[in-house]
This record gives sequence, C-alpha cells and structure tokens, in this order.
Amino acid sequence: MGKSSVWEFLSDEQARTLAVVCDEIVPADDFPSASQAGVLDYIDRQLARSYRRHRAAYTDGLLHVDEMSRIRFGQPFAALASDHRFEIVSALEQYDKPFFNLVRNHTLEGYYGSPRHGGNRDAVSWRMLGLAEPPIRGRSQYDLTNGSPS
Amino acid sequence: MKRVNAVIVGAGAAGGIVAKELAVAGLSVVLLERGKWYTAHDCRKDDLRNQRTTLLGNAFGPEDEGNPRVWVDPQGDAHTALASEGAYQNNAACVGGGTLSYGAQAWRYMPQDFRMKSTYGAPDGSSLEDWPISYDDLEPFYEKAEYEIGISGDYSGTPFHGPRRRPLPMPPLPPNREFEILEPAARRLGLHPFHLPMARNSIAYNGRGPCMRCRWCCGFACEVDAKNGSQNTVIPVALNTGNCELRTECMVREILTDERGRARGVAYFDADGHLQEQLADLVVVSSCAAESARLLLNSKSRLFPNGLGNRYDQVGRNLQGHHYTGAIGYFDFETYDDLGPGASIAICDYNHGTPGLSGGGMLANEFIRLPIHMIDRLPPGTSSWGLAHKQAMRQWHKRSIVIMGPTQQIPSAEARVTLDPLVKDKWGLPVVRFSGNVHPHTFEIGEVQAQRAETWLKEAGAIHTSQMAGKPSLVSAGQHQAGTCRMGSDPRSSVVTPDCRLHDIDNVFVIDGSVHVTNGGFNPALTIMAVAYKASNALVRNWKGTAFRS
Repeated sequence: MGKSSVWEFLSDEQARTLAVVCDEIVPADDFPSASQAGVLDYIDRQLARSYRRHRAAYTDGLLHVDEMSRIRFGQPFAALASDHRFEIVSALEQYDKPFFNLVRNHTLEGYYGSPRHGGNRDAVSWRMLGLAEPPIRGRSQYDLTNGSPS
Repeated sequence: MKRVNAVIVGAGAAGGIVAKELAVAGLSVVLLERGKWYTAHDCRKDDLRNQRTTLLGNAFGPEDEGNPRVWVDPQGDAHTALASEGAYQNNAACVGGGTLSYGAQAWRYMPQDFRMKSTYGAPDGSSLEDWPISYDDLEPFYEKAEYEIGISGDYSGTPFHGPRRRPLPMPPLPPNREFEILEPAARRLGLHPFHLPMARNSIAYNGRGPCMRCRWCCGFACEVDAKNGSQNTVIPVALNTGNCELRTECMVREILTDERGRARGVAYFDADGHLQEQLADLVVVSSCAAESARLLLNSKSRLFPNGLGNRYDQVGRNLQGHHYTGAIGYFDFETYDDLGPGASIAICDYNHGTPGLSGGGMLANEFIRLPIHMIDRLPPGTSSWGLAHKQAMRQWHKRSIVIMGPTQQIPSAEARVTLDPLVKDKWGLPVVRFSGNVHPHTFEIGEVQAQRAETWLKEAGAIHTSQMAGKPSLVSAGQHQAGTCRMGSDPRSSVVTPDCRLHDIDNVFVIDGSVHVTNGGFNPALTIMAVAYKASNALVRNWKGTAFRS
C-alpha cells in the first residue's frame, strides 16, 4: 500500500469505518456532521500524540465494528444503509461499551472542543450553540502584544 | 552552592508568600519549584488541555510522562494514574502552583470551621479535631492576604461570616445574568445571597488591570493578568528585594539532616537532571498536601528511619479535599450571557447549623460553561449520542445553571498518602500512593447540599432539575488537597506545631494546605495564604531572636 494516506495514524480503511461511526454519534442536520466538522482529523491527530495509549483500542475496535457488520448484514460497515449503521452502532454501545464510550467521547471532544486540535472546523459547533467565535468578551479592549490594557 | 538562610520547596500559594515575607525581612532565600514559570502569554485558551479539563494533558504540569502516582481501590487493588487523570488528584506544578490557573474564589473559613470537634463531636470512624488556632488568630492574616494578593467581592449581603476589621479591597464585578436570576430566588427562600470573594481584579489594582470578563477562567492562566496568584503578586516582590532566588524545574529529592537531627538543607535535581545540594539554616516545605507528605516520607535517615516528622506515623494521614455536590437546572429562557468569570453568587446559610449534620458548605453558581463541559450535563434521559444529543446541546447549553459547593469533609486517618513500594518517578523517587476513602457522613451532608441546590434552582424557575451527588470510591484531594501534615499541640496526633514547625525538628517547617486540620466548606486558597502569612510572621520574629542560626 502506498503511503499516500492523509492520516497520521489511521489507515484509509479504518478512517472510512470510523467516519461512519462518528457520523452516527453526531449526524448532520442543518449543521455539519462529525466528519464534516473535522472530527476524524481530531481523533487521528490525537492518536499520533496525546492518545497514543488508545491506538490498540481503535485498531481492535474498528475491526470489531466491521466484523459485526459482516455477520449481521454481510457487508463492511461503511457500505451499510443508514438504518443498518444505526443498528450496528447501537449494538456496539450494548456489547462493546468501552470502545463505544471511547469513540463517543473523542467524537464529542472533536466536535465541541477547540478548533486548534483539528475538529470543530470553523468553530461550527460553537456557532451552532450561539456562541461568539472566538468565545471571548472584551478582548478587543486589550492590546495582547504586551499583556496589559491598551 | 552558597548557603542561605532559608530554602523553600514549592512556589505555590504558600511558598510564594513565605518567600516574600522572609526576603522582605532580610533573610536570604532560595525558592525551588519543580515546574516552569508561565506568564499571561502562556494562556492558550485550550478547552481540552488546561488545568481543569485535562483530556489532552495538564497545561501547567506535571507532564504525564515520568510523573506517575498510585491509588488503591476499595478492593485493595493498586492502579497507576497519569498526571492528567482524575485519580492522580493533581493540583499543578508551576510557579504560582494552583493559583496561576485557579478559579480564584478567596474565602475565609468561618469561626466554627476551626472548632469542628467542639461544635459537632467527632463522628465514628473520623479523625475530626479542632484547629489549635482560632479564626481570631488568623483574622489579621486573612486581611493581609486580601490586601496583598488582591480580592474583590462584597460580604454585605450575608451575616454568615466571621468578624472582619476591613472590607475587601475591591468591589465585586457587576452581576452576570445567572446572578440576576438566582439572587431574587434565594431571597424568596429566606437565604442571604452575595457577591462571592475572588482573587481577581475588578478594578485596576497592584499595577495590573481589571478582569476582561471572558468565560475561560477556572483552569486557565489569565491572558490579561487580572487573576491574582502568588506568581504575579508576592513572588515578584520577593525577587525584587534581591534576597530571593527562584530556581525552576528543580525537583527536591530529600531534606538533608545532620548527626544532631537538624536539617542542613535539601538535595535536588536541577533542570538538567544534575543532583545539587542547597544548604540552609531552615527548610520550608510548601509542596501541596500530597507532595509535602511525600518529601517528608522520602527524607529517611538513620535518625529518621520513617521519614521526617513521622515518629508517630502521622505524616500523610487525614488527607482531604472537598466533596462537591449540587444540581443543574434547565430553563425555558436563556440564562447564559457569556460574561465571565462565571461563578458570581454564593450563599453561606448552609455551612453550619443543620440538626443532624456535622457541618455543610457554601453553595455557588458554577464557573465552567464551555461546550465540552455540557456534553455529559444534559437532562437525564437524553441519549448520549445521535441527533437527540446534538439537538439537546443546542437546546440547553444557554438555558441551564449549575449550583454546586464544596462540602466540608469529615476527615479520616485512613485517607492517606504513603510511598508506593514499587513505582518510581523519572528521578527514581518513590511516588505518592493514595489509599482510603471519604468518611460516609461527608456523603450524607453532600446529599442534603444537592437537595438545597435543587430547591434554589426550582425557585429560580428551572423547568427540569437534576441533582449531582456522586459517591466516589477513592480519596478526595485534587486541587483542594489538605490535611496530610496536621497542625496540633500533641506530637502523637499531629505533625506540626501551631506555627507550622515539625514537632521533631526545630528548623523544618511545613507551610501549605497540609497543615489544615479541617478544610472548611470553602475553596481553601485564602486560608492557605493566611496560614502562610501567620507562620512567616512567627518565623521572622523567632529569626530576629536568633533562633535557627547554627
């Protein structure tokens, strides 16, 4: 396999599966879904940094998702129709709670956390919640180059 | 290395004050700090990596790598914790310690908080005790802390506080919307709400400007330097005297003693990892409850085989923090106005005086309201994922209020810090091992506090409410950690004298939250500071009487 992947840790196949799981956790409505908001970038980047300790959980967990999908529906997870995807993620929540919780928490961190980490692209979730971006009041009154009021 | 009068281990709330008081009195001082010196420019406003929300690590130390601790679960199994994990009970490792990034509530304890055993009697299985000093003994030093560190607020709305000679030096910040919603509701309930005290400039003070009212406060360094900790108040004063040298990224290995059983200084690893000795006439340990106990326990010698000050196996016992409980209320109108710092209104009606309960605590609206904190605070029954979760975020983020408070803990001798027999840190030193649990009566008080918070929210118009009152099965310490080197008159049941000197060794002092006998129903920072001023005052007086000089 050529090393043309855009990901730091994930394989393209893992990323396809993960994107679908993340989009069940934060689906699109009039605001973007998890993957549309960059949550995969967030998770991938952290797996290469602060979340190195969770790498094995992702590798095994994503295999497990595909395995559940093939057993129930005879297809890899990313190829499933929408209601079947929901069924698999619900099954994951029930039968593989540790991995489900990990992905669920990381997805929400990526979606609602600071854009600096790769998720929440264009601060989309903050705008969805009606918060200013940057969410800071009074900042314009300060000259931050020397740390004191201008 | 040049011998000095005093070496202080830890540049936090207490260590910074001791350094300033000694340096101003003319003593030569070396202030050692294991962490770095951050400034306002290091405020990254990172909601996933700060000192309160540490999903991606601690912003102000220690690092996850090489700084483990161990905790023992109720089944007796030991687990290793990373510095950014809750079970680690972290405070901070940096100049300023917790005060660089704290929420900065600056409370005086109440007179009864110093006489808990006399007031209530010790519940079974507890080590509840009175302090050997009173509120009146500490009052002048509370005032000194309020004026030198810089506190804003207004106590005039409440009768529930000890006598004070002077008001706070700064007025409160103007009310935010939560204050305006909660204040009349509290009054209708017959309570006494007021503007809580904060170590935060509401007006220009001490040469720095006022709070700019962002909501990124508790857990963050202030980017306009309006939040007052030891790093921007007393430590610069200490350094300006020319008598104090601050050395950062220095990890103290042990307190060195001579053949007569007196301390002669400390051995420490410097920023390059080289072992150094700093000799001194006196040693002050101000490393926070867990690390102060660890340093004493790690300072073993022929004369002190169980560590310094530990002749009667008291070092590390009575570990306590606060048991936080409260409630969240959901409203059908917007309650959130994005005006920081967040916490603005408090009541002290429930700190004492409830029949059947040995104490209580302050209740206040909660600081933290960034989107990441809301993901697990949606109404009970809300799906934890999917479209329903996303829509609930949108519905409730700006329409909810959290009221919480620190229940004063009933201390227990079995809640303790020892040294782990196996795990070592990157310097090869045995690490902190936590064992024991919170006394069950603390949980009973916490449950009542949660009900009270819920009642307040309902009166304020909440359409749904949910109590928040867990029963964690591990010690409580964290940023409010205290108690491990108890102050007392009897060497068999305490570690230091009322002047914070080890019973065992007349030139070693422990000055920080470790000495708290009980921890009040309040954030402890101002009391740590007042105790540091009082102990420094005694130390300087004795020094002038030429004590300690060998």
